[in-house]
This record gives sequence, structure tokens and C-alpha cells, in this order.
Amino acid sequence: MSLAAVDIPASDAGILPDRDYAIRADVSKIFYGDFLAVRDSRIGVEKGKITGFIGPSGCGKSTVLRSLNRMNDLIPIFRLEGTVDFMGQDIYAKGVDPVAVRRYIGMVFQQPNPFSMSIYENVAFGLRLNRFKGDMDERVQSALEKAGLWKEVKDKLKQSGLALSGGQQQRLCIARAIATQPSVLLMDEPCSALDPIATRIVEELMLELKQDFSVAIVTHNMQQAVRVADTTAFFSVDISQGGRTGFLVEVGPTKQLFDEPREKLTRDYVSGQFS
Amino acid sequence: MTDIPAAALASADTRAAAPQMRHSFGDRRNVVNGLMTGVLWLMAVIAAIPLFSVLYMLISQGGTRISFETLTSLPPAGFMAGGGFGNAILGTLVMVGIAGLISVPIGVMGGVFLGAVAPESTLASIVRFVAKTLTGFPSILAGVFVFGFLVLSMGTYSAIAGGVALAVGMLPTVMLTAEQAVRMVPQRMKDAAVGMGCTPAQAAWKVTLPAALPGVMTGVMLAVAGAAGESAPILFTALFSSFWIESLFEPTASLSILIFNFSGMPFPNQIELAWAASLVLVLIVLVFNILSRLFGAPKL
Repeated sequence: MSLAAVDIPASDAGILPDRDYAIRADVSKIFYGDFLAVRDSRIGVEKGKITGFIGPSGCGKSTVLRSLNRMNDLIPIFRLEGTVDFMGQDIYAKGVDPVAVRRYIGMVFQQPNPFSMSIYENVAFGLRLNRFKGDMDERVQSALEKAGLWKEVKDKLKQSGLALSGGQQQRLCIARAIATQPSVLLMDEPCSALDPIATRIVEELMLELKQDFSVAIVTHNMQQAVRVADTTAFFSVDISQGGRTGFLVEVGPTKQLFDEPREKLTRDYVSGQFS
Repeated sequence: MTDIPAAALASADTRAAAPQMRHSFGDRRNVVNGLMTGVLWLMAVIAAIPLFSVLYMLISQGGTRISFETLTSLPPAGFMAGGGFGNAILGTLVMVGIAGLISVPIGVMGGVFLGAVAPESTLASIVRFVAKTLTGFPSILAGVFVFGFLVLSMGTYSAIAGGVALAVGMLPTVMLTAEQAVRMVPQRMKDAAVGMGCTPAQAAWKVTLPAALPGVMTGVMLAVAGAAGESAPILFTALFSSFWIESLFEPTASLSILIFNFSGMPFPNQIELAWAASLVLVLIVLVFNILSRLFGAPKL
């Protein structure tokens, strides 16, 4: 279907009342150079919950996610108008060091990307970076246990992380990200490079992780959002002004968003009329 | 030509007739294929001939003189029998070591700058262009250059000057291979480093460089192998000496200059020693080449 004719006003319901948020993002515009990539998206990451970002390709869901810990700063032409409030501070405010932001808000990427060092050193990496003075072995073990990888690797901690299978590598990356105990964990399509069995393991893992972390996950896979997300945000893409600008359409409890969406665009998407 | 049924050719429809799929040696494309493969084989063999004939000659001519004595004693004078080139081996190793101490840190860090820190910057494109030009630079000019600014100012030929001249030759190789190795590190690994909260310098130092180390070491070993065999830069800078090296600030012997000197002498003993020294030099170069292969082998 053509999206050109649909003119959805920006949703104000992105941040729901009486919820406890780790991150409240109020993104009015994200530019890459002159290109308006995302507009009018207010979205929160709830404490101790999993927030899923879904939507068609090019809808800006990954761009928004990567704005939440300033990963997009790596792209020189990136520019954000708006605020991203993390525990009372705007991470885009003047004087904020993006390097420091990323130590509080961890990230797991689409492709498993362990460092070319041992399994142990991969997990210890963030701890060493933050000059952790406590019991390193214990923290590495507990991170690997939480990532559901300890039993498989406890006898080969000195082996290279790159020697693991794809699914194990992704769990290693999760262990690496949670070892420093960040407040928020951002996951950018963490299962898209994994086979169905590894995907299921990682999904089960996410459900356990939300006890300790606030999780935001971008997924291409609507069923995955249904399985893991407490709250789901639906983004779409607006091609009316000749560009391809993503925007937030609707946020709601996952079940409600899929069963009785408020917006027609959401209904069309979740019922599979476009993707 | 094989007899593909005319009907099939005429209609260009392969479904029209029974398939003809038997191999035929008379078929034109099979003949051409055989010929071309043969030519490529021949060319590959020809390319290997010089290397193996040089090796054969060195081993047959110089192999007999390789002994503990030749490897450890000083060069003989005029009509004397025996002797060796221990001081030249030591001198070559010392000067290559000096060259490595200078060129490896600068080259590797320069390569990290070019490949990871600021690949698009103006400084990077200038340095890259200069380094590429320098790789094709006649090595004797490095010798003349160092002669001009070190030998003349120090008032003596020296191992230091020889090492600096060799370093000038090694630097671009080390730097450009280090840049390549750093660039080969997958972007997603660099992203992960940033995502973990690394500053750009930490990402380059703690993640990118360790991941690139095999490639970096390959470049270093190739540069060392090249420098060990150089003669022109040393001719103007370290000169030669018939004695053991006692300080870095005096003329120093090297294998390549010894080969050059002795091979022109009218004494059979010296000529034999020149052959033996050539063999030793080739073996040193070979060792570093093999080391570079070992370092470069992909590791998991």
C-alpha cells in the first residue's frame, strides 16, 4: 500500500503517564546532513521492562535506538533536535561526554561482534575500561551466567571469542555488555544473524535480563516483539515529501498494540498488509 | 565441432533435441583450454627459475664454506687463508635492529592514524601519498640523504647512520601495511569498542590494533627482510669495517657490503667467502619472510 496518502499526526502517547522510565526520548528531528531521517518521535524505555521497536525498513527504529546512547555520533553528518533524558539528564546537553553516556547505556549489535581476544578478556573488557577494582573472576563468571553461556565456556575461557558459534558469540556480546552493569541495554536486531534455536535462547535470555536491566530492542520480526516485549512502539515511514522520513505511529502494551491498535497504519502493518 | 544437432542450433532451443553432453577432446574450446592452461603452467615455472637457480648457485658455491669459523671470525686480509664474516653478520643485525627501533614504532602508530584515527583527514592523505612515493624511492638516495645530515655532522660513518638510512626505507612499508591491517579489522568490532564506552584512542589502542597485529607483524617482518638485504643505503652511511663493532658511532661491517667488496677481489679465499656470506644473507632474509608468513596466518 502507499504510505504517501496517509498523514498521521505525531503521536503524543509515546510516553505513557504513571510509568517509570529509564530513558525518555523526545526526538523532534534527526538529520543525516540535509536528509530528515526521523521526525516527531516521543518514546520511553521503561525500567525493568522490555520495549520493542517495530516497523518497516527505513522507518528509523534503529536510528532512534542508536540515538539513545549516542552511537550515531560516529556518523559526522548526524544531527538530533530534541532531548533524550536519562535519569534526569539530557544526554545531548552541552558538556555531556558521549563516551561516558555509553558506559551507562550498553549496546548489543545486529552482527555478533566479539573482540579478537579471549572469552574472558571480552567480558572483562568493560570492567578494565572502567578500572574495576573488585573480584574480576567473579564478575566475569556472573556476567557469563546471566548470558546463559557459562556452562558452555567455563572450561575454555582462554580461547578466542571468535572461535564460538554465532549464537554463542551473540551471548558473549551480551555478557560483555552486562558485565559493567549498565542501567539500560539497547539491542539492535540482536537475533537477525542467528538461527532459530540460537534466537530462542537469546529471547529467553532477554526475559531474564529485564529483572536487572531496562531493555530496548529493535526487531524486524513482529512475532519476536510479541514474545518478548512488554511495550511495543510502532514506527512507520513517511514518503509524502519526497524523502523517506521515519516517525513514531503508536506505542502501547504489546498485546493491545497487536490486538486492538488505535491507528489504522498500525493495524495494516501488524495484520501484514505491508512490511 | 561436436555434432550438436542442427535443429538445436538453428532454433537455439536446447529442449528441441536429445542433449549432447559428452566430453570431446576435439572440441575447439577444449583445445584452447588445454593450450592456455599449458601456457600458464609454463609461465609459472619460468617465474620460479631465477629464484631456484640463485639458491642452487649459492648453496653449491657458498655452502661448502659455511662453518663455525666463517660465522664467527673476522674477515681475512689479502693473501691470508681462512677467516670469516662474523663481524658483518653482527653489523647487519645491529643496523637492522636500530632501523627497526626507529621505524616500527613510528610506522605502526602512523599506520593506526592513517587507518583508524583520521583516515579522511588532509594530514592522512598527505602522509599516505608521501609514503607511497617513498616506497618507490631509490634506496641509494636514502643513503645519500643520511650521509648529508648525519655522517657529515657526526664526522664519521657509523652504525647509527646505517640504521637511520635503513629505517628510511622500512618506514613506508611498515606504515602502509599497518594501515591496511588496521583497515581490515571489521567495522563492527570497532563499533563494539565505541559501544562499550571507549574513547577513539582507546578503541584504536585496545581493540583495533590487537586485532590487526598479525597483519602489522607481517609488514614489519617483510620490511626487516628487505632492510637486511639492502646495500646502497649502507654504503654511504656505515661504510665497512674489518673489525668487531665496538660502538655504534664507528664504521660498521655489513654482509651486503662485504659481499660487494670481496666478490671484486682477486683472491679465491675472499671470493669463496663472498659466496658463503651471500648464502647467509639469503637465509636471514628467508627466516624473516617465513616469520612474516607465520605471523600473518589467520588465527582464531
